[in-house]
Amino acid sequence: MTLSLSDIKRVAKLARIEISEADAQQNLIQLSGIFNLIEQMQAVETQKIKPMSYSQDMVQRLREDIVTETDQHIQFQSIAPQIEDSYYLVPRVIE
Amino acid sequence: MLNASLRQLSSLLSEKKISSTELTGEFLTRIKALNPDLNAFITVNEEKSLEQARVADEMIASGQSTPLTGIPIAQKDIFCANGWLTTCGSKILSNFISPYDAAVVKQFDQAGMVNLGKTNMDEFAMGSSNETSYYGPVKNPWDRLAVPGGSSGGSACAVAARLAPAATGTDTGGSIRQPAALCGISGIKPTYGLVSRYGMIAFASSLDQAGPMAKSAEDLALLLNVMVGFDERDSTSLQRKKEDYTQSLERSVSGLRIGLPKEFFAEGMSSDVSSAVEAALTEYRKLGATFVEVSLPNSKLAVPVYYVLAPAEASSNLSRFDGVRYGYRATQYTNLEDLYAKTRAEGFGEEVKRRILIGTYVLSHGYYDAYYLQAQKLRRLIAEDFTKAFEQCDLIMGPTSPTVAFNIGEKCDDPIQMYLSDIYTSAASLAGLPGMSIPVGFGNNRRPAGLHIIGNYFREAQMLNVAHCYQQVTNWHELTPLEINR
Amino acid sequence: MQWETVIGLEIHVQLATRSKIFSGASVAYGAQPNSQACAVDIALPGVLPVLNRKAVEYAIRFGLAINAAINSPSIFARKNYFYPDLPKGYQISQLERPIVEGGHVTIRTGDKEKTIHLTRAHLEEDAGKSTHEGFHDKTGIDLNRAGTGLLEIVSEPEMRSSTEAVAYAKALHSLVRWIGICDGNMQEGSFRCDANVSVRPAGSDVLGTRCEIKNLNSFRFLERAIDYEVARQIDILESGGSIIQQTRLYDADRDETRSMRSKEDAHDYRYFPDPDLLPVVIPQEWIEQIREKLPELPEDRRNRYIQDFGLSAYDANILTAARELADYFEQAVKHLPEQSKLCANWIMGEVSGRLNKEELEIDRCPVNPEQLAGLLLRITDGTVSGKIAKDVFDSMWQGNGDSADTIIDAKNLRQISDGGEIEKWIDEVLAANQQQVADYRAGKEKAFNSLVGQIMKISKGKANPAQVNTLLKKRLTE
Repeated sequence: MTLSLSDIKRVAKLARIEISEADAQQNLIQLSGIFNLIEQMQAVETQKIKPMSYSQDMVQRLREDIVTETDQHIQFQSIAPQIEDSYYLVPRVIE
Repeated sequence: MLNASLRQLSSLLSEKKISSTELTGEFLTRIKALNPDLNAFITVNEEKSLEQARVADEMIASGQSTPLTGIPIAQKDIFCANGWLTTCGSKILSNFISPYDAAVVKQFDQAGMVNLGKTNMDEFAMGSSNETSYYGPVKNPWDRLAVPGGSSGGSACAVAARLAPAATGTDTGGSIRQPAALCGISGIKPTYGLVSRYGMIAFASSLDQAGPMAKSAEDLALLLNVMVGFDERDSTSLQRKKEDYTQSLERSVSGLRIGLPKEFFAEGMSSDVSSAVEAALTEYRKLGATFVEVSLPNSKLAVPVYYVLAPAEASSNLSRFDGVRYGYRATQYTNLEDLYAKTRAEGFGEEVKRRILIGTYVLSHGYYDAYYLQAQKLRRLIAEDFTKAFEQCDLIMGPTSPTVAFNIGEKCDDPIQMYLSDIYTSAASLAGLPGMSIPVGFGNNRRPAGLHIIGNYFREAQMLNVAHCYQQVTNWHELTPLEINR
Repeated sequence: MQWETVIGLEIHVQLATRSKIFSGASVAYGAQPNSQACAVDIALPGVLPVLNRKAVEYAIRFGLAINAAINSPSIFARKNYFYPDLPKGYQISQLERPIVEGGHVTIRTGDKEKTIHLTRAHLEEDAGKSTHEGFHDKTGIDLNRAGTGLLEIVSEPEMRSSTEAVAYAKALHSLVRWIGICDGNMQEGSFRCDANVSVRPAGSDVLGTRCEIKNLNSFRFLERAIDYEVARQIDILESGGSIIQQTRLYDADRDETRSMRSKEDAHDYRYFPDPDLLPVVIPQEWIEQIREKLPELPEDRRNRYIQDFGLSAYDANILTAARELADYFEQAVKHLPEQSKLCANWIMGEVSGRLNKEELEIDRCPVNPEQLAGLLLRITDGTVSGKIAKDVFDSMWQGNGDSADTIIDAKNLRQISDGGEIEKWIDEVLAANQQQVADYRAGKEKAFNSLVGQIMKISKGKANPAQVNTLLKKRLTE
């Protein structure tokens, strides 16, 4: 598998990280090296292996449907970049 | 005092030979003197620490103390602590005063321990040298040209330099064990699920596990007694009977079957580390342990698997840092998309961005099966290797890190070389197994080497016992960097 | 060319839990912005989700109600995308092994019946709300809704008209309220539809390119949006164009759909199993417990009403449109099982009409089912006429819970069946209307009705009309 510059740019856009042409070039070199290492994985036949998504073979615990949280928005919003009338503000979104 | 064990400090405090305020003050003074050079702490808040010390003194005076009440502990800056700047080593959280406490912080708080400050770390725990921190590299107290390891480099440095009697760390692929080894201290990553992850800023959720870092196995056992416990706020937290990890410390290790994975003793390990590990194994032989060669054939794939799974989870975990509700927001932007892209480009460092790109790529359309799914399947094979190995042995031992600490700047431009620092530690992380590192001497340039002990699931007590027995007959864990004692 | 419309619906049902699906914050509607957004909901660093048992129970309840399979284990996955009302940058949802798979519902349009199959129903969390007005060039974000439990119900593309789509949506709306998992409040967004619409040449078995229409928060909008979209697509195709697969927004003010700019980017959601949430294992015993507590379902009740009460399919459909209405009917009809049709007529007529007029729901009806049954019994035993009964009903509606009997006695409305009394009224009317008597005898049937009307009038409606008929006929033929 060969990474291309457009892969880097596509992924950076998906991840919402602005990337300059020079950084994209630099990342291409480094990521290509890393993917060479990662490619070692492809040598192993795994068709019959069940993927392991969790560290423990456990099942989800369920919470009772009880309201436990109180209003803390004043404290939470004291560290927000921009608020107004207890709303978080962002540049105008066009739907 | 600086070299005292936690048990000794506990006695001094309960016998009122020293107050927590005095003890805390002493460490704060030492931090003030040494931290400007070592850079082990990102945040120190004397007022907050001393206030906690006063509360601890009251607890002691009123007879409500626990064995650790009044003893200071440094918290890795990955743990949210109410009212404390909590940066995770990143610019993107450079203004984040946490409005809540992590479970681990709360547990130590309730035990009466004093938060001595927030320790430096690789940004979002992504790194093996502490050089990716937005707050600058940490120096290895044994040799200030060297890195302390990472990502819990600040915690390892703080304990090694005696800036703190103990510290917390987190380990995703080796982030407790490798810096413990490189700084000549003891550290344990418990079985995944034993310590609550609530309030611990997530790197790779299915791998992240907190653990203590301290001078000795005995200290670790005392700390683990506080840290381990079920937390209903963490769905991956295990409900188990409370264990006292100090109970079996003194048990004899005679007859212990130590598994030596042939893959860990093959190429890759430098000769100085090899000598130190061999010497430690000789000590175990003297203590009556036996050795059996085991094989972990898929462990050679642990690094590639780790560098697919951890970045994949991280790419998603780090999406919340978008400049909307907290943390850094870019100052110049033209619209919402620009706000996101600039905030994240400016707020994250190079290594973090690199891993987000890797993680995004391996999860993206058309690549998921070849990378993410394949890695999860190999993860199972790696875990099954351990299951088989533990049929033949009680514990597995090997080197924690292939080399002693390298120089600051040495591997900065070579991510692959850096990633290979995790070659021995990442396999246990992928399996969710407990792992620890204890100091077993020195390699080149008198830089410390560590012995890696991997236990079966929930065998922390046995691992601590085995480490403790070694520390009863050796004194590597008591040595301190010469410069520090000047 | 003849075109066939193909519609599949994705319906988001807000679960009527107290707390959110992954946090302990309240889901109550209408609170101050962000006052119900806790640490987990605003995605502070380090917080973790824990699954609400009730949300799972509700999903299972739904699955059982539509005869679907319940998956165990069921898996939660992260759907990754950036949007300011999505605090984590991913939505916790389900991809593989959704909790509910398959199942079907029956819809009726006119006298046509059709089974619509469901693909799946999965649990997920709701997003917050963006407000674009009132902040100058900014958008305000309220995260109170973020983390509210949703069941996303996905149908197969089996509907062929907006009418069918509406019937399906209404059937689900009724069902989720019936089984108590959603309050169904569409104004508050508790039940939201997205429609996947495509057209294809009639007879083709290949699906056309579809567009997804979002923001359909009423049945009327659903219908109009589909109709608009179908016309738009046919226009494009007939003028030689092709449909671009896209997400479109229905603009109710302009009654049109338009492409959503925020969804223009090709999506790559990078789904993967959420490592913070473990597989949900649902023991069979739990499923059985939920099944036992499941109320009799609308379809079953409908069939029972037809079979046991002899109601028409039409009546049975109406009475089982909402559980409260069906319950009302059932509580009333048990007092007069032989008169189920009368009972149904009164509920669908007098009761429903009055409720509509006063904008009341059946559960707030001032006349309770026992009162209504008491009144209907007095009609059947001849105590009051249908006309007088309406007056009694009116009094009960205004009243304080008095029974029909109490009102009839108090107002002296008891129907008079005493022959002597009726004869006197007949005498009086016949004497005053000789001409009409003559007309009747000359064969003008109409005159008879007029005479009956006058007798009823002077009896103030109390005369038993049947008896008036009989006695009058007898007198006129003497």
